[in-house]
Amino acid sequence: MVNDYEKIERSAALRSRVIKVIVYSLLIFWGLMVLFPFYWMILTSIKSYASYNSEYIPQFLTLSPTLQNYADAFTAVPLAKYFLNTLIFTVITTAVMMIVIIPAAFAFARLEFAGKNLLFTLFLSLMMIPNELVVITNYVTITNLDLRNTFTGLILPSVTSVFYIYLLKENFSQIPNELYFAAKVDGTSDMKYLLRVMMPICRPTLVTIAILKIIECWNSYIWPRLITDNEAYYLVSNGIQEIRENGFGRENIPAMMAAVVVISVPLVILFLIFRKKIMAGVARGGTKG
Amino acid sequence: MKVVLQNLTKKFPNRNKKIKEDVVAVNDFSFEIPDGKLIGLLGPSGCGKSTTLNLISGLQKPTSGRIFFGDDDVTDLPAENRGVGLVFQNYALYPHLTVRENITFPLGNLKGKDKLTKEQMNEKALEAAKLVQIDGLMDRKPNELSGGQQQRVAIARALVKMPRVLLLDEPLSNLDARLRLQTREELKRIQTETKITTVFVTHDQEEAMSISDMIVVMKDGVIQQIGAPQDVYDDPVNLFVAKFLGTPPITVFDGKVEKGALYIGSDKIFDTDAPDGEVYAAVRPEGFILDDNGTLSCDLKRVEVMGRDVTIVSANTYSHNPSIRSIVSAENKIDIASASVRFSLKPYKTHLFSKADESRIYYNVR
Amino acid sequence: MDNKNNKAWLYLLPAILFLTAFLVYPLIDVFVYSFEEGYNSASQTFFGVGTYNYSYVLHDPYFLRAVQNTLILVFITVPLSTGIALLISVGLNSITKLKELFQTVYFLPYVTNTLAVGLVFMILFKKTPYTDGLVNLIINFFGGSSVDFIDGPYWAKMFVLCFYTIWVVMPFKILIFTSALASVNKDYYNAAKVDGTSRFRTFMKITLPMISPTVFYLVITGFIGAFKAYSDAVALFGTNLNAAEMNTIVGYVYDMLYGDSGGYPSYASAAAIILFVIVLTITCINLLVSKKHVHY
Repeated sequence: MVNDYEKIERSAALRSRVIKVIVYSLLIFWGLMVLFPFYWMILTSIKSYASYNSEYIPQFLTLSPTLQNYADAFTAVPLAKYFLNTLIFTVITTAVMMIVIIPAAFAFARLEFAGKNLLFTLFLSLMMIPNELVVITNYVTITNLDLRNTFTGLILPSVTSVFYIYLLKENFSQIPNELYFAAKVDGTSDMKYLLRVMMPICRPTLVTIAILKIIECWNSYIWPRLITDNEAYYLVSNGIQEIRENGFGRENIPAMMAAVVVISVPLVILFLIFRKKIMAGVARGGTKG
Repeated sequence: MKVVLQNLTKKFPNRNKKIKEDVVAVNDFSFEIPDGKLIGLLGPSGCGKSTTLNLISGLQKPTSGRIFFGDDDVTDLPAENRGVGLVFQNYALYPHLTVRENITFPLGNLKGKDKLTKEQMNEKALEAAKLVQIDGLMDRKPNELSGGQQQRVAIARALVKMPRVLLLDEPLSNLDARLRLQTREELKRIQTETKITTVFVTHDQEEAMSISDMIVVMKDGVIQQIGAPQDVYDDPVNLFVAKFLGTPPITVFDGKVEKGALYIGSDKIFDTDAPDGEVYAAVRPEGFILDDNGTLSCDLKRVEVMGRDVTIVSANTYSHNPSIRSIVSAENKIDIASASVRFSLKPYKTHLFSKADESRIYYNVR
Repeated sequence: MDNKNNKAWLYLLPAILFLTAFLVYPLIDVFVYSFEEGYNSASQTFFGVGTYNYSYVLHDPYFLRAVQNTLILVFITVPLSTGIALLISVGLNSITKLKELFQTVYFLPYVTNTLAVGLVFMILFKKTPYTDGLVNLIINFFGGSSVDFIDGPYWAKMFVLCFYTIWVVMPFKILIFTSALASVNKDYYNAAKVDGTSRFRTFMKITLPMISPTVFYLVITGFIGAFKAYSDAVALFGTNLNAAEMNTIVGYVYDMLYGDSGGYPSYASAAAIILFVIVLTITCINLLVSKKHVHY
């Protein structure tokens, strides 16, 4: 009997160790799969053009790192311009969107008006409309308005989001009514109540929404591609595609990778700072935008 | 199956990472649970009683010490091989399975020669269900059952595989008051019928006292006292146990022994051979005798008539309890208008405890 | 009361204006476009009304190729990515050491630019006169011969596209699965453990049924997302996807609208509506299946 137990104990201990090894191997394997492209991008970006092209077998390390590619990326192609465009596009779109959605969410959460429930249902049903359907008319509209190759044309169609209005409205609704009534008794106006009470209380959600929108803007490709064909208005996604296709006059992969690194860094930094917020926000209802 | 716990200790790393010192949940716990008995592990929350239960079940491994089932050392045996039945505080019934599927679930784990056919499983499940009287609910889902019924399903699931030891974690705390009374009697009946060694954890002393063959009172991971419920109640080893057991609670006075007599304030209670010094004098509610010539004088606050008994609520400057609740027979005549009331104290209901370490001071009345 | 009403509408005005202009009107308009035959985008005139646009699109070999590509992509990547993500999440849920680090790393692709990282995948897989690329070297190492994954045979290109798509969608799935797994009450696992349940049976009988709503949620959103695949393909194969035989339905829509082959909003609209109908049908089938198998 005692022997039996020892056998069971030993085999159980062994099995749990084996499982642990398998689990960690799997996790490390996928971790490498995720990280390797990033490593390769950084590695290639610091190899010189000559040494990269002379490597028939790519080397996993480089002994003579160079920053020349970064200089090329900023001089040979207007990367700085793409970067600036994207920054302007992202900041303005996010800011305008906040200005549009906050009052709307406030009206749905706090104000009483005829037809509120009907309108809200209508809003929600708009979430089902796929972007691919509406992009066609929007393209024609913006073209007809002569807004191609302008920031206005880039920004206008993406300054509202039904989903974010919904998310914010839910958050606003959680604030107890008593606060509103107390403010009313003190003679606070609705606008002041929104700015001084609701927005500070819901700051975490506002920040999450802003970050998610920033990520979406930074990575947007399809709309900017349709609406811009002048390099002066390219965003980074279109810029990188342009570099890929007509790039540095010749196939300069290290410089291309330098551009890729430069484009990727801002969002990675943003992510590392707001990691918990971003992950919680995405878990609540983001999809790859 | 008797269960022996030998010097069990369980330490957890401190949640506050800055504090290096481990938290000791169970400290040097030694105890032998006799075969076929119902044992109540009793203590305030955070005293380590649930941890003790988890150590017996094998869900947690002790930092040191041994656990024996009968003569077998099971300390390093994983939970899945120990053959214990465990009933969780929230029952942990699988919400997507019916009552029958929940009860047969443990049987599906049997392998090799122990493997059962579907019919055998259903038969055993029905047997267990009959024992806890839920055989009419076999095709329902847990969310269609009341709390008490869910509780019974959980017990049936734990019993169906004929466990060597049955463990229950706060089995009654999620039930309402009336159901709790009913279920605890049920628990006693099931345990008596199956004769399975059973350990249950509770913070409710009344629950533990009413059905256990033996209770273990714990505090801060340390056993305070083990014994039959009545013995522990009558003969507490320290102030904590005396205060923890009994409703209404024991009344604690600041007292002193001087020249062979016990004093509470200036009232001389009785002569004793206890050594001189400051003491806690703790008196059970039934230890007060209404007596016009009594030695203890209290301010009368009110009288609560309960039919058979009368509870006299009074106050005394030296009492730790804001109001003293004493239970006397309803035959006593009490002058409600009077401002004060006098008691004499039954010596065997009056326990003395050391002011230094709250341990019991045994004494004789002279 | 009227005053109150007006104020509320004032707060809602910007949102309503934008949504009407860029969401509601286009939705109606796209149907109109799709039935306008012979629309000329320069003169904005059309010959008549009918289903010719649909018939044209459905007979266009480029469109059929795009549908084929999209279907292959959907039916390979959705089950695979969901399965792998579940496996990884279960692993992640069972450990305590390094858990946060792994979670952070796994989420990284979510915040990166699809186009930019696609370029890295391209150079890893691409075979050029200078080098066969890293992936081919690994294939050579195991005794295989080099394949050009970017300009080579169809199956090789499809493989890279699926591979990259999975890489891109994994962070979201892992995130959702890990939070679903973490929310399963630990007592269920403890109860199963005390009853001597094997890990496999615990997973099949307890974990999987408990998180089944999440599984179906991810399958449905996965289908919808994969049907809209486009930028991944552009990242790998460039903007001329028809030439690369790697176009997707969404790609076809944009090509019809704009670029060298563009200028046909009517065909684009018809294609977009066909896509919408396919997605809607598949989503409905998914919902029906999930009703049968989800336990809450």
